[in-house]
Amino acid sequence: MDFWNFLEYAAWALSVGFGAYLLIDLARIDSTYDNDLLTSSREGEIELTQERHQI
Amino acid sequence: MTTASVAASTQQDQRLQLLRVLGPGHVWALGVGIVLVGEYMGWNFSVGKGGMIAGLVACWLAGLLYTCVAMIDSEVTSTVAAAGGQYAQAKHIVGPLMAFNVGLFLVMAYTMLEAANAITVGFLLDAVAGMQGHSGLDQQPFIILTVMFLAWLNYRGVLATLTFNFVITAIAFVAIIVLFLSVQLGASAVQLDFSAITSEPLPYGWLGIIAALHFGLWYYLGIEGTCQAAEEVRSPARSLPYGTMAGIITLLMAATMTWYVCSGLIPWEYLGQAGTPLFDAARVTGNSGLMVLLFIGTIFSTLASANGCINDASRAWFSMGRDRYLPTWFGAVHPHHRTPYRSIVFLVPIALIFALGAPLDQVITFSILSGLLGYTFMTFNMIMFRRKWPLGSIKRGYVHPFHPLPAILLLVLCSATYFAVFLGYGTQLIAMMCFYIIASLWFHFWRYRFVRRGDQFTMPWPRPQAY
Repeated sequence: MDFWNFLEYAAWALSVGFGAYLLIDLARIDSTYDNDLLTSSREGEIELTQERHQI
Repeated sequence: MTTASVAASTQQDQRLQLLRVLGPGHVWALGVGIVLVGEYMGWNFSVGKGGMIAGLVACWLAGLLYTCVAMIDSEVTSTVAAAGGQYAQAKHIVGPLMAFNVGLFLVMAYTMLEAANAITVGFLLDAVAGMQGHSGLDQQPFIILTVMFLAWLNYRGVLATLTFNFVITAIAFVAIIVLFLSVQLGASAVQLDFSAITSEPLPYGWLGIIAALHFGLWYYLGIEGTCQAAEEVRSPARSLPYGTMAGIITLLMAATMTWYVCSGLIPWEYLGQAGTPLFDAARVTGNSGLMVLLFIGTIFSTLASANGCINDASRAWFSMGRDRYLPTWFGAVHPHHRTPYRSIVFLVPIALIFALGAPLDQVITFSILSGLLGYTFMTFNMIMFRRKWPLGSIKRGYVHPFHPLPAILLLVLCSATYFAVFLGYGTQLIAMMCFYIIASLWFHFWRYRFVRRGDQFTMPWPRPQAY
C-alpha cells in the first residue's frame, strides 16, 4: 500500500466523519429545539431595523 | 454558547436570524471565489472553438455582459437586501412564478457548479498521482470529501466559511499575477508568441466568435452570487455594491492576464483542448516554483468555487423554504451557528449524485444554462424595477449609470450566447427548458396554494407606480 492508497482511505474516513457530524448535529438540534423557533426567521427584518426608505 | 443560553437569548429575540457578520471583503471572496476557477480551466475551450482572437473577443464580450450583470445586481440588491438574492428580487419586482423559477435557476446553477468542482478536484489529484507513478487513483473518496468538508464548513458558520474563501481566493488570484509578471520579466524558458493572431486570425470564421461565447462565460460565471450574502452583511447598501464591483474588476484583470499568458505560451490548437491551461502555461515556462504555485492556485480556486456554491445554493433553497415555495422545513436556522443548516445538508446528496453520476461537460453545461436563464431574467427585472420604483421613490445603495443600456446590452449578449449554446448543446438546452416548464406547472397548480401571499413581500416600499 503506497501513499496514495493511504490517502484514499483517509479521504473515505474523513468523509464519513464529516457526514456523520452533519447528520448527528441536525438530529440533535431538531430534537432539542422547537420547530417553530428554528423556522422563525423572517425576511426583511434588516430593512425594518436599518432602512427607512425616506428620501 | 450553551443550549440554555441560546434558548434564553432566542426567547428574548423571539426569532432566529442569519448572522450579520460579513463585510465587503467577504462579498468579494464569495463572488470572485465562485468564479476564479473559470480562469484556471474551462475558458480555453473558447480558443478551441474559434482561435486566439475569438478567445479574446469572447473574453471581453463576456466581460461586458458580466459588467452589466454586476451593475444591475448592485443596484437591485442594495435595495432588496435579503437572502436568496435574485430570487428575492424576482419575488418583489416580477411575481411569485418568476421568483420560483429564479430560485431554481440559482440552486441548479450552483449545485451543478459545486459538483463540477468536486469532479475537478478528483481529476487534479489523479493527475498528480499519475505524475508520481501511481496509476488508477480512486477519485470517488476525494470527490466526496470535497463536498462533505465544505458542507461541514458552511454548516459551522458563514464568517469562517467566507474568511476561508477570502484567503484561498486571494492566493489563487495572486498566483495569476505572479505568473503574468514572471513571464513579462523573462522567467519563462519559452518566449511569448502571438504569431497565430496574424497567421490564423479566425480559423473557423466569424461563426467561431459566436461559438466561443459559450465558454467565454467561464471567466465570470457566478459573480452574481454576491447577492446571496445580502442578509448576512453588516451593511448591505454599502458592502454589496462595493464587493460586487470590486469583484468584477478583479475578474476582468484576471481574465485578460490569463488569456495573454496562456495564448502567448501555448499553441492555440493545444490550448483549446487543455484541461488546466494556467497550470500548463506554468509547466511550459520550465520554472518549478511557478508550477507549484499555479497547481496550488488551481486547487484553491476549485475549492473556493465549490465553497461559495454551497453557500449560495443553500441560501436560495432556504429562502424558498422560508416563503413556503418549498416545504417550510428548509427555512430553519441553526440556533448556534445561525446557518440554514437543513438546506445545506439536504443539498449534499444532490451535489454528490451529480458529481459521482454525471459527466463533467454535461454538469457544466446545465450549470451555464441555468445561469444564463438567470441573466435573462435580470434584464426585464431591471426595467420593471426602474418603472415601478423610479429613482427618488425608494432609497438605493447604488444607482447604475446609462439605464436602460446595460439591460438591453445584457439581453443582446444573452441572446447571442443562447445561440452559441444551441450550436453545441441544443439537446441539453431543450431538456433544461422542459424541466423548468414542468417545475413551473407544479408550482402554479399545486405548491402556490401553501404560500402565505401577504407574508412574502417584506420590503417596506411605497406602492409601485401605476398600481
